[in-house]
Amino acid sequence: MTDANTQNQLNKDLAEMLKGGVIMDVTTPEQARIAETAGAAAVMALERVPADIRAEGGVARMSDPAMIKSIQAAVSIPVMAKVRIGHFVEAQILEALSIDYIDESEVLTPADDQNHIDKHAFRVPFVCGARNLGEALRRIGEGASMIRTKGEAGTGDVIEAVRHMRTMTDGIRRVQAASPMELMAIAKEYGAPFDLIKYVHENGKLPVVNFAAGGIATPADAALMMQLGSDGIFVGSGIFKSGDPAKRAKAIVEAVTYYDDPEKLASVSEDLGEAMVGIHVSDIPAEERLAQRGW
Amino acid sequence: MTIGVLALQGAFREHIAHLASLGEEPRRVRTADNLTGLDGIILPGGESTAMARLLLDTGLLQPLHDAIVDGLPVWGTCAGLILLAKDIIGDGAIVGSHTAAKDAVSHSAPPARLALMDITVRRNAYGRQLGSFSTSALVPAVSDAPIKMVFIRAPYIESAGPSVDILARVDGRIVAAREGHMLATSFHPELTDDLAFHRYFAHLCHARTSAARSA
Repeated sequence: MTDANTQNQLNKDLAEMLKGGVIMDVTTPEQARIAETAGAAAVMALERVPADIRAEGGVARMSDPAMIKSIQAAVSIPVMAKVRIGHFVEAQILEALSIDYIDESEVLTPADDQNHIDKHAFRVPFVCGARNLGEALRRIGEGASMIRTKGEAGTGDVIEAVRHMRTMTDGIRRVQAASPMELMAIAKEYGAPFDLIKYVHENGKLPVVNFAAGGIATPADAALMMQLGSDGIFVGSGIFKSGDPAKRAKAIVEAVTYYDDPEKLASVSEDLGEAMVGIHVSDIPAEERLAQRGW
Repeated sequence: MTIGVLALQGAFREHIAHLASLGEEPRRVRTADNLTGLDGIILPGGESTAMARLLLDTGLLQPLHDAIVDGLPVWGTCAGLILLAKDIIGDGAIVGSHTAAKDAVSHSAPPARLALMDITVRRNAYGRQLGSFSTSALVPAVSDAPIKMVFIRAPYIESAGPSVDILARVDGRIVAAREGHMLATSFHPELTDDLAFHRYFAHLCHARTSAARSA
């Protein structure tokens, strides 16, 4: 059996392979095949996309293993699935299914209001959401091998994704520019492990891949996040809540590859049909925002 | 020398960094125009279905195919190896982590491939992410020292035609091979500090360019 350090490195390496790619939320094997055909780098198997979780309310939990297995059987690309924050038994179940990546996600109802999962206790990789550098480094300290900025899932409003990516980049720049003597005070302020603050100071980047998520609905949104420095994109409700999912999925994939080519972006943005109906993040009461879940 | 790295999706930045540290001039390749004047091209790791889709939709597949047929040296790592292979076996969809892939219909095979190298490749041959591993092995053609090999949801070469040189095996499986100006590895030298494979490929590109100039 591979030792824990090696497994952690292999898990970070899988995230490297996903770079420049789009990870799409799917709820059925048919949607998974549409996503794969459109060029998705991976799919996220879940029972309800965030927009429906938001609309229907109630406790949102890990998906039915039978549904996850049906999606694993439908596609050859990596399959991810979500667990509630702190719900390590849901994670044990997903590991038993040989899932390729676990998302410990604020989109589901948290199971622990103090602690996240000890991700070092698992061999399967974890991706976690973060709003800023401190939160990202806490999750990496717990063993996450990939980070995504949270945005505000299920809204189709990109403003929070932009805010979180800019906040992350600002944090990285500040740590990089600080003198070595200031690093402990910054670690204290950010609530981040000192050795990871030191890594960011020396390397000017996170030690793992960082994708953008939460509110991305158009090819232009995806390219915006790439130009802001994302390694790749998660699209949740944005595809299968739109008028023509197959076409929009393909357009977003191309927009991520050609994110800095405006002519190409113009051509892929044509005739996509209706985008998902959006909700202004500013209309959502602070206590109902998903991004504030996570500690 | 100018060596291209296909930059549609996947781990292309790591190849670019390795080429730059060898003093070569790396170039991102995303359009047919980017192929002009290249001395070689690397097809990186990533998701082969995503890359194949983009190759097809952006019209890059045919010009890239023709350039390689005309002798452009090429090296495919992992997903890149799948794009190069003439034949693919194994249904990519695997449920267990260590179970070998089934030989069933490849219903989710990449939508298009270059299909130039006389090898038969098994996709996701080691299972899902829990089957990913790293090891070291000697590759005498490439280096005197053992080379660290990182396998991520990797394929291996099930069989190879008579014109293909087998460069390395791990546990009896073919994981590196060369057919003339085409090189393929199922592991990822770009994810390690070892530059030996990149140096080997740069030599291959150099030899081809020199031969073309003197011809």
